[in-house]
Amino acid sequence: MAGGQERILKRRIKSVQATKKITKAMELIAASRIVKAMGRINDARPYLGAMTKVVEDLAASAGLPKSTYLAEPFAGARGYLVIGSDRGLCGSFNSAALRLVETSIKELARQGSSFALVTVGKKALGFFRYRQISIAHSVVGVTERPTYAHAQEIADAVLSMFDSGAATTFDVVTTRFYSSGLQKLEVIPLLPIEPEKFTKGLSGQALDFEVEPSPEEIIDPLLRMYVAEVIFALLLEASASEYAYRQRAMKSATENAEELIKKYTRIMNRARQDSITTEIMEIVGGAEALRGAANSDELD
Amino acid sequence: MAATIDAELLTPERPLFIGAATMVTLRTGDGDIAFLAHHAPFMGTVDICVVKVERPDAATLYAAVHGGFVQVAKNKVVILADIAELANEIDVARAQHAKERAEAALAHSSDAMAEAALRRAHVRLAVSSAIIRSSHP
Repeated sequence: MAGGQERILKRRIKSVQATKKITKAMELIAASRIVKAMGRINDARPYLGAMTKVVEDLAASAGLPKSTYLAEPFAGARGYLVIGSDRGLCGSFNSAALRLVETSIKELARQGSSFALVTVGKKALGFFRYRQISIAHSVVGVTERPTYAHAQEIADAVLSMFDSGAATTFDVVTTRFYSSGLQKLEVIPLLPIEPEKFTKGLSGQALDFEVEPSPEEIIDPLLRMYVAEVIFALLLEASASEYAYRQRAMKSATENAEELIKKYTRIMNRARQDSITTEIMEIVGGAEALRGAANSDELD
Repeated sequence: MAATIDAELLTPERPLFIGAATMVTLRTGDGDIAFLAHHAPFMGTVDICVVKVERPDAATLYAAVHGGFVQVAKNKVVILADIAELANEIDVARAQHAKERAEAALAHSSDAMAEAALRRAHVRLAVSSAIIRSSHP
């Protein structure tokens, strides 16, 4: 019977409408979180700027002292810090970064070189565990609202691997946040820090700083703090990017739901019209048949 | 008006204080130090301590700083701290509790972590009591 299909379609429209409400709500939540996350990026900016300036000034006044963290990049065991999210439904935010790391690691494995992997986020943990790629350190529950304590934990793990030689270079694979319309997946070298980073922007006249304790003693803790701070800044950007990706994904999901509702409503209306037409045809046909029967009676 | 020096107390998550000061006092790895206007360029580590910022037009500001760096250049003091709290943000009951816990831990063993925790609690309590003393002379 034609009414059966109509009922099925009505039920499906209801279910799509319910999904649409959810995706719409998620879109709005993500949009409001982007604003908050951008505020936190701005709050953190003065510190990173001042931190970089301290190291620059130290380099300018006394020359950069020797430090294990300062060197040109060299070959050896590569380390990756990949920043992903805890929850899905955010488009290619996780998959793009994770695939990139997976390909690089496979390439390293083919060459027989070793690697060390540090992951942020449940999605990253699950991804590499499923593929049986060993993870040296994993942190979850970060990108929703990254704190400096998270950054320190990650920095400690990364620096201890670097200190022990388990990784001679460290790259961060993360999604940078440039604006709410532009985020980019990038691979950022983290360790060792290129000395040029601190010496290139120097002006000719340097202030003569009194350094207490000596520059040699100050440089390592300073650079460790710098690494934690860079990681913190990247976590904040990744968090903002995650919300931007989620907003976009949920927006297209909502639009798709609208499209489906329109399509199903059209099919349903046609089915209803068809069944009405059929019914009218049946009635007309029935009446014709009756009349035909009556006429033949009269002829008899 | 007395000569002032620009002071910035920054933490990774947000700037705590940015403004003019007549004097900034804190403890470095080598001992207590005070910065007045036009201090010579200086760079050093900051111990777990109370940072005191005397302001020209407002009440003196106290903050608990749990280690970091300080840089003085071009009449500007920049304090970089991993963790720092302004006096009015400190939970006194919690700090008191932490102090007792650290003391209890230290009573039967000497542990660097407990010692650091005790020092942090002391600094927090010192900061919050400094504010009470200055508002009720």
